[in-house]
Amino acid sequence: MTNKTGDNEIGNPKIGKITMINGPVVNATGLSSFAMRELVQVGELKLTGEILQMSGDDGVIQVYEDTTGLQVGEPVRGLGRPLSVCLGPGLIGHIIDGIGRPLDRLMEKEGAFLDRGTTLDPIDMDHSWEVTPTCKVGDVVGGGMAIASVKETDLIENRVLVPQGLEGEVEFIVPPGFYRTSEVMARVRRVDGRVVPVYMFHFWPVRRPRPYKERLLPDEPLITGQRVIDGLFPISRGGVAAIPGGFGTGKTVTQHQLAKWSNAKVVVYIGCGERGNEMTQVLEEFPSLEDPYSKKPLMQRTILIANTSNMPVAAREASIYTGITIAEYYRDMGYDVAMMADSTSRWAEALRELSGRLGEIPAEEGFPAYLATRLAEFYERAGKVRTFGDRTASISVIGAVSPAGGDFTEPVTRHTRRFIRCFWALDASLAHARHFPAISWMDSYSEYADEVKDWYHRNVDAEWGALREETRAILAEDDSVQQTIRLMGEDVLPDEQRLIALTASLLKSAYLQQNSFSDDSFCPPEKGVRIMRMILDFHRQAKVLVAEGCPLSLIRKMKELVELTHVREFAADDGAAFDDLGKRLKERLEVIGRERLAGEQQEETPVGEKG
Amino acid sequence: MALTEYTGIEKINGPIVILRGIEGVGYDEVVELLMDDGDVRLGRAVMVGRDAVMVQVFAGTEGLVPATSRVRFTGRPLEIALSPSILGRTFDGLGRPLDGSGPIYGNTRRNVNGAPINPMARVYPRDFINTGFSTIDVLMTLIRGQKLPIFSGNGLPHNRLAIQIASQARLLRAENFAVVFAGVGIKHDDAAAFVSSLSRRGSNLVLFLNLADDPVIERIATPRYALTAAEYLAFDLGMHVLVIITDITSYCEALRELSVSRGEIPSRKGYPSYLYSDLASLYERAGVISGKEGSITFLPILTMPNDDITNPVPDQTGFITEGQIVLSRELDARGVYPPIDPLPSLSRLMKDGIGKGYTREDHPSVSSQLFASYSRVQEIKALAEVVGADELDDDDKAFLAFGEAFEKTFVGQAKDEDRDIGQSLDMSWRLLAMLPTSALTRISLEDMEKYIKPNQQPRPGGEPSTNAAAPAASPALSGENSAALK
Repeated sequence: MTNKTGDNEIGNPKIGKITMINGPVVNATGLSSFAMRELVQVGELKLTGEILQMSGDDGVIQVYEDTTGLQVGEPVRGLGRPLSVCLGPGLIGHIIDGIGRPLDRLMEKEGAFLDRGTTLDPIDMDHSWEVTPTCKVGDVVGGGMAIASVKETDLIENRVLVPQGLEGEVEFIVPPGFYRTSEVMARVRRVDGRVVPVYMFHFWPVRRPRPYKERLLPDEPLITGQRVIDGLFPISRGGVAAIPGGFGTGKTVTQHQLAKWSNAKVVVYIGCGERGNEMTQVLEEFPSLEDPYSKKPLMQRTILIANTSNMPVAAREASIYTGITIAEYYRDMGYDVAMMADSTSRWAEALRELSGRLGEIPAEEGFPAYLATRLAEFYERAGKVRTFGDRTASISVIGAVSPAGGDFTEPVTRHTRRFIRCFWALDASLAHARHFPAISWMDSYSEYADEVKDWYHRNVDAEWGALREETRAILAEDDSVQQTIRLMGEDVLPDEQRLIALTASLLKSAYLQQNSFSDDSFCPPEKGVRIMRMILDFHRQAKVLVAEGCPLSLIRKMKELVELTHVREFAADDGAAFDDLGKRLKERLEVIGRERLAGEQQEETPVGEKG
Repeated sequence: MALTEYTGIEKINGPIVILRGIEGVGYDEVVELLMDDGDVRLGRAVMVGRDAVMVQVFAGTEGLVPATSRVRFTGRPLEIALSPSILGRTFDGLGRPLDGSGPIYGNTRRNVNGAPINPMARVYPRDFINTGFSTIDVLMTLIRGQKLPIFSGNGLPHNRLAIQIASQARLLRAENFAVVFAGVGIKHDDAAAFVSSLSRRGSNLVLFLNLADDPVIERIATPRYALTAAEYLAFDLGMHVLVIITDITSYCEALRELSVSRGEIPSRKGYPSYLYSDLASLYERAGVISGKEGSITFLPILTMPNDDITNPVPDQTGFITEGQIVLSRELDARGVYPPIDPLPSLSRLMKDGIGKGYTREDHPSVSSQLFASYSRVQEIKALAEVVGADELDDDDKAFLAFGEAFEKTFVGQAKDEDRDIGQSLDMSWRLLAMLPTSALTRISLEDMEKYIKPNQQPRPGGEPSTNAAAPAASPALSGENSAALK
């Protein structure tokens, strides 16, 4: 991997000269032998940058680090490769910045504050790993196939993949044992006779999607443990979702919840232009939290990419690509990967800022005209695929969107909607009432609901689809009932409609709300369906009573309803508690029905009120 | 050290000066403009080209004579000299002493732009600060190391609130506590009020003042001086620092003015597209760092133009800070002090700094219930305006009474009242007891038994679910009566 740079330094060194500095954008001349999008070292400080535009001998470079003190005339050196990330074991459990530098080892080197001009590989080249070969001498292998497995964490077995474009016969493979990251794992003899070494790590240009064999239909859900998502607006493994919301509506908490509880094998979390403390929170919290599926610390499946809001803006633009490339790397090993990008708006704004400095003609609200293209390219890197190693794997992408002023018609939200299939709209009024997750049941949608229905029917509950439809219908009807209530009060409504409002309020407090700081933080889909069914059973039975003329006030006074409001506090595995409450609800309603009939008969016998 | 002096001002446009034919200038370095009368103005190289340098002049360009003014390049970024003796001192918006006590001598000089804190080095803030305001302590708890802005409007008592927070914060009792205050484009009177009320607390105060009639472009530097001083006090000297900066809106306007004179493409409301990144470079300097004793808690104050929370300044701020305290003109008009509107206000860090082991175990559910109930009050109020309060049912009336009491006694407090968190929480339970139990969906059944005592005052629309003996007896009684009547 260092060959190209080596050649340059010995032979004709590629050195340009700075001609202008304007914040993170630097102009240089003498770049005729450089490549478009080539990675460069800028100035005596060797700041990392990337060539964005070329015209004759001149070019424009975006610099990923602070350019203070840089002078005209300082050198620009080409590195002979585009912006790439070093992929290998040692990424999981660690935190890297937007251009792939390890923040933990940077801290050891520079202290608490980030310095400039330091380059470090994201993975530790001297770390020793336990390697088990999975092929033997004489095997014919091709790009993307695994030749050995490395125990990266208790949860993740890293698979050493043959680089793309290499095909041939295994001539040498290491015996089982411990090896350093930088060591050769195998040698492959190509048809033309050339022998090529395969290392434990390799570089991949972040802006180029990694190939796969075949794209598959995303028909399995990504279980998130969040009732409103799993039950009403599910996302598939390999699906793409957006969470838009103004500030304070809970985008980050929702993203954290998904990172914690979704049943992906590997989680890539990108803090793109967001708060430093949010990354710290994940770093402090995840090692002590247990993955509900494997019972191992969550950190053993998590990779963090941090480019916080005060870190250089150009690296913010790169962080999204670094993240998705790492996600693809683990996908290629055959894992289901979930990637959270918080927030894609900051990435779009980084594009806007750089575009402005380049003097490009802006389209809407100052955003560059290629905003939609970039969003599409990014979201299309998600999906469920068959890998070259013949494994089924997926990348699900969940992007937070931070619309300015909470206005969903702004360009980033609007364009994002075109390329995603699952929309979890956060509602400020729900957030103000501290109804969390503040996912609006009216404005959100999921196009995956039909695709994952079969899976739910097979694995969770055969009535899942029907219950979901019924719940949504009640909530939708409640929406219009609430409008009437706001205008005229509840008293004017017939009991049928007031029952809708009552059931909807039960759904809102017992089903839709979920406290992420209690035991309810993770809700298995089975428990969610149980709650849903209990409320709907109540609704159906009450509806019959109301239709028979039973006043709603009698039903409303049932003391079991208070318990029903708190049903989410029940332990997920306490089936008996659910059954008991369900039974008591049913019996109470029956009693109310009987008593009312008895009362009615009593009233009717003494006086015939009507004339 | 003698620095080369140049002439060659080619163009002046607002606060921007273009110099030609000068080499060896570093991006972002400090430029000194020497005037004929011996006056020295500071500037910053904001764009450096092969044959031209663009300089932003902090004090403005009025009176600059292109032919005779000379220019000196210092080769250094904007810096501040630091030593423990900055405590008790007053500086202008560019860090020059204003109090006549002479310059600061110290061997520590720091770039005022600072460097980003490695997220790896941060410690997640969890220490509760008791501000003495029930609304803040219970509903939007301030945590040591947090950045929590006050969103206000012109004429609202944000300054008084900030001063009271600074003086009542229990942290103050600690020896190693300091307040760094930066006035950005504030009125003389406001500055005087801040200085007099804060300086009563002794010498642990550092002031940076750029007043309303001081040069506008200087405002871009003032918060950075204040934060660099705060970082020194917190992370070098181990003090717990509270930084108050007012008014962030003036800062953003200065940024916009500069951006426009540079001919940059504007984004929303004319603000530059880098407004978010720029504000983040200030706000993100708050925090706690592992292995260092001190902390920076940051209370920026901003006035929302036309009280509009979607204006880019509050909007972008809210996306970076860890919550916001929003003041309400309506509450202020009704004489409620502090006029904090709980619903749009928020503290993102409170969830990890309250509850068992931090404040009190009932705190999380109480605050969630108060939010839910008070938000219900708003809906009922809106309904009452349409149908008339008399038409409401008993439950709704109970909510209105709760809302009234909540605003008057919980949000509102006397101007020197300093409440303990225990006091505030007890008061919350008394308020919640005014509501029907069926409405308390955020309180666990267990807590309800524990805190809402049966012997509390009877409520309108009492619920049959209350396990108290008396209300349960009444339906039975009426049953008997009706039986007796038959």
